[in-house]
Amino acid sequence: MRHIISILLENEAGALSRVSGLFSARAFNIESLTVAATEDPSLSRMTIVSSGSDSVIEQITKQLNKLIDVVKVVDLSEAPHIERELMLVKVRATGKDREEMKRVADIFRGRIVDVTDSSYVIELTGDCSKLDAFLEVIEKSLVLETVRTGVCGIGRGDRILKV
Amino acid sequence: MQLTGAEIVVKCLQEEKVEYVFGYPGGSVLYIYDEFFKQDKFKHVLVRHEQAAVHAADAYSRSSNKVGVCIVTSGPGVTNAVTGIATANMDSIPLVIISGQVPTHYIGQDAFQECDTVGITRPCVKHNFLVKDVKDLATTLKKAFYIAQSGRPGPVLVDIPKDVTTHVCEFEYPKTISMRSYTPNVKCHSGQVKKALQLLLDAKRPMIYTGGGVILSDTSRQLKKLAHSLGFPVTNTLMGLGGYPATDKQFVGMLGMHGTYEANMAMHHCDVLLAIGARFDDRVIGNPADFGSVPRKIIHVDIDPSSIAKRVDVDVPIVGHLPDVLGELQALLDEQKTKPDVKAIAAWWKQIDAWRGRNSLKYKQGKDVIMPQYVIEKLYEVTGGEAFVTSDVGQHQMWAAQYYKFDKPRRWINSGGLGTMGVGLPYAMGVRFANPDAVVACVTGEASIQMNIQELSTAKQFRLPIKVVNLNNRYLGMVRQWQEMFHGNRHAESYVNALPDFVKLAEAYGHVGMKIERPADVEPALREAFGKHKNDFVFMDFITDQTANVYPMVAAGKGLSEMILAEDL
Repeated sequence: MRHIISILLENEAGALSRVSGLFSARAFNIESLTVAATEDPSLSRMTIVSSGSDSVIEQITKQLNKLIDVVKVVDLSEAPHIERELMLVKVRATGKDREEMKRVADIFRGRIVDVTDSSYVIELTGDCSKLDAFLEVIEKSLVLETVRTGVCGIGRGDRILKV
Repeated sequence: MQLTGAEIVVKCLQEEKVEYVFGYPGGSVLYIYDEFFKQDKFKHVLVRHEQAAVHAADAYSRSSNKVGVCIVTSGPGVTNAVTGIATANMDSIPLVIISGQVPTHYIGQDAFQECDTVGITRPCVKHNFLVKDVKDLATTLKKAFYIAQSGRPGPVLVDIPKDVTTHVCEFEYPKTISMRSYTPNVKCHSGQVKKALQLLLDAKRPMIYTGGGVILSDTSRQLKKLAHSLGFPVTNTLMGLGGYPATDKQFVGMLGMHGTYEANMAMHHCDVLLAIGARFDDRVIGNPADFGSVPRKIIHVDIDPSSIAKRVDVDVPIVGHLPDVLGELQALLDEQKTKPDVKAIAAWWKQIDAWRGRNSLKYKQGKDVIMPQYVIEKLYEVTGGEAFVTSDVGQHQMWAAQYYKFDKPRRWINSGGLGTMGVGLPYAMGVRFANPDAVVACVTGEASIQMNIQELSTAKQFRLPIKVVNLNNRYLGMVRQWQEMFHGNRHAESYVNALPDFVKLAEAYGHVGMKIERPADVEPALREAFGKHKNDFVFMDFITDQTANVYPMVAAGKGLSEMILAEDL
């Protein structure tokens, strides 16, 4: 099962490698990993998307908690949450495709953030499946380049991950 | 008080009441060594290879429950130390390792003797630090000592660039440390303890299984009391030996791959299992699927939540400091009116005694060739069971574990998790530094001992009266045993050719050497070594049976009830 694990950790040199090293050393899987400092610059917030049986996810959580730099760990997918990912797609936009691309981008509430006479860069945010759906819909041969940030997430309502 | 980084290191070690620092100097730690030279509050032990420095500090800790401290230089100093650090990490031994690093402005330039120490050691330490500013040095060292010995203990490395050791700052050693990201949970959940007690009282075929955690947390006394109040059988893992007295009638021996028949059968067939400070390792329960095929309730007590439900499902998990958990369990039991099911437990003991009757550790000692098991039995007799025994890794390790009956904790010192050949001699050194009057025996083999043989020199320098019991079968015995059983008896590289004359080798280093070839000479040699040569380092080279194998045995991947006994062959 797919899980979104949120981690609050000390914003120290090497903290990221402690987490990524743990995943490779224990053969846990990572679908995506994002990290950046929080409003408190001494803390980083990391979001990891992983998959595994309940017992594997339990071990992941326990092992993460064991890392000295890790302050808190929460499995966001256990309760209502919001998940977002940003994607930038550079597509060929010439002739009749130019109008069609704009139309599809609008449908997905994407924004065209760069334009040349032959290409667009489309910015799209949403959960993973929305971004996947966009790539499914457009003509594959028109995609020049894609870049995705990986998922970040936050709990709904009163669920707050803070020190 | 304004001090240099090097002076701060020394002050911190003194504040931590360190007695010995094991190490080896080199370029990037020279300022620190210069400060060592100018003080006499702690002593430095110069080893002959950095690996041995870590092993010695490790055994110093294992045999005393103090933090072991060692120091190595950058680059090769660190890489040589890695085996020692990984060994300590696998067995949860509290160490502080100080490593030199190239100056901060050289880091990343491929400087002479530079390596990414924090990166290389990260997977085999509890935590590590790179100190880039001298102002952080004292706090970092304080954190290192705190992290190493709290919660589930482990090694902590502090990497100090050379320029930091010369920089000056105001020194104040923090009295306490609080870290928002590290708050080891030690208070157990009382509801869980109540549940555990109920299961124990309802048990028909109970079993207590304890590991290294009992030794590390000094819980032996509470364990003995609890086991006696309950009347349940007790088994220890390899790391847990001595945690429960081996001569106690409720002790059924070590369990696992080379455990006794009664311990493994009782473990397999019990209906309620109380696991304390143990981690259901693959060498202990064999195949987890086979182990899980018998329905039983498991209570698992451990300081480390990640050890619980890692390899087997657990019914009652209890996270906490073992002496507190056992204390609480004992208090509840004492005030309880219901007692364990005496009738069922008597029947269970009858069954266990029948298993015991197989006498799974029996062997035959003839007139001509020395059996390795016999040497250990005699070692036990001659030392009155009071020695600290270190071992290397292989067949001799298993025989020492099976035939030397440890009644006290911290007397059996070996590399259980990582299984590091070469630990025996530096371990014996560390034990002797921690216990200056102790009788110390190092049970080893002709292959293992050569992996850190250079330490014969350190032993001479510090006049350590260690007794080496070398079980010399001219084979990598455990490798040969597996080849015999699982690889068509093809001895690929397991025969050791061109062995040194160990007697002359010992003498070359200034020690006493003995070669023992006949069974009748075993006991007299041991008596001479531990009697007349009490104050000497003695290397006893026992020429033993080449074909002896360790039994009983649970083959890798098999279940505990599928033991191979010597008599089956």
